[in-house]
Amino acid sequence: MPNPSAKKISVSLNINGEMRQVEIRPIDTLLYVLRHHLSLTGAKPGCLNGDCGACSVMVNDNVYKSCIMLAIESVGSAITTVEGLKDSPIQNAFVKHFAFQCGYCTPGFIMNCQALLLKHPHPTYEVVKEWLSSNICRCTCYQEIEEAIFSVVEGRVGGTSE
Amino acid sequence: MLAGNIEYYQPSTVNEAVEQFFILKKENKLPMYYAGGTEILTLGRLNIIHPGAIIDIKAIKETLSHESYQEHFIFGASLPLTYIEEKNIFPLLTQTSMEIADHTARNKITIGGNVCGNIFYREAVLPFLLCDSTVVVAGKEGQKTHPIQDIFNKTFQFEEGQFLIQLLIEKKYLTLPFITIKKRQQWETGYPLITVACIKIENQLRFAFSGLCPFPFRSQKVETELNNTLLPKEERINHAIEQLPTPVLNDVEGSKEYRLFVLRNTLKEMIVEMEEKE
Repeated sequence: MPNPSAKKISVSLNINGEMRQVEIRPIDTLLYVLRHHLSLTGAKPGCLNGDCGACSVMVNDNVYKSCIMLAIESVGSAITTVEGLKDSPIQNAFVKHFAFQCGYCTPGFIMNCQALLLKHPHPTYEVVKEWLSSNICRCTCYQEIEEAIFSVVEGRVGGTSE
Repeated sequence: MLAGNIEYYQPSTVNEAVEQFFILKKENKLPMYYAGGTEILTLGRLNIIHPGAIIDIKAIKETLSHESYQEHFIFGASLPLTYIEEKNIFPLLTQTSMEIADHTARNKITIGGNVCGNIFYREAVLPFLLCDSTVVVAGKEGQKTHPIQDIFNKTFQFEEGQFLIQLLIEKKYLTLPFITIKKRQQWETGYPLITVACIKIENQLRFAFSGLCPFPFRSQKVETELNNTLLPKEERINHAIEQLPTPVLNDVEGSKEYRLFVLRNTLKEMIVEMEEKE
């Protein structure tokens, strides 16, 4: 069992391929630890209620809302934040298709799209719609985001990392 | 984020989890079992619940079962809803589950967490109510199995320190004809108004409801009226509505009158379709 102390505990988190040692409280959310302990500010605080998806990250290639996940739950798993994607096809597709306006929700959308494409390299429209319903864009870039996804599916946008 | 000094434990066996619960209880630490944790984290942030310690049951292998066992199929309480959907062993559960929250949230929400939650919708329990499922519960006196009808009355009637390990469905129920319909006040992603799930077995329809009353339910009286094929459909529905438990919800998502209007039309639609199914 982990250290039962309610005070800070030291854990190793595998983030973007690097092992990071961090002192956390057991009740710290993953979002809080990423932003306040590790200065990884790509995941954004939005609703903090699991509704908006701005804080989405990948854990073992599955997408999660990091505001409703404790950091301690991710010990032993591979966490990927938007900072861990470098020149990925979906990032390039977002730029090419102007799939953002203010950009606040963009990292969350990108992580959701990345996880979607890992699991479904050739998703149907219905699958894309279902996955995208997890994120909210107040600038309403949904059409452009769908276009960005399908441009990656159809191989119209490249990148150097998957 | 939850406030205060909350302790976290991750036992690897059922016994460890129960023992830990009672140790923490003795220390007045207000322990709470934790699986996906989405409800605990959101209600805790709103200061609605105040756990002093959480016992994460996701490392207990029995809670991750997803397998056939003799005449049953086992669903472990810690399985995320999306896992169950992807495997799609029980299509009625898949379709009911896919209407809960959103895809990313369902990667975290577990089947056990949903059916045992505080938030009253708990739609994932509907298929289990319809299929006379069996519930495996751990507690101070070891593991016990119960027919769901005996232990679910609006909520699971667990004793202190008990937690849900597994839900078992007889295999004969997995592939029965079914419909599940979720109606929202607006859009496809708004909060639920009502959810009705229905199966057909031995030429009889069974119905379970969520969002109509402040608890999910299945009612023998309602089913008897809806299956009275001697009467026209509208009359059957009128008689069934007279048998509904109370209160019917009357809130910001929909007035009582509106909910009953939607229910009436939904039941009619379902009966027409289900009575044609073999």
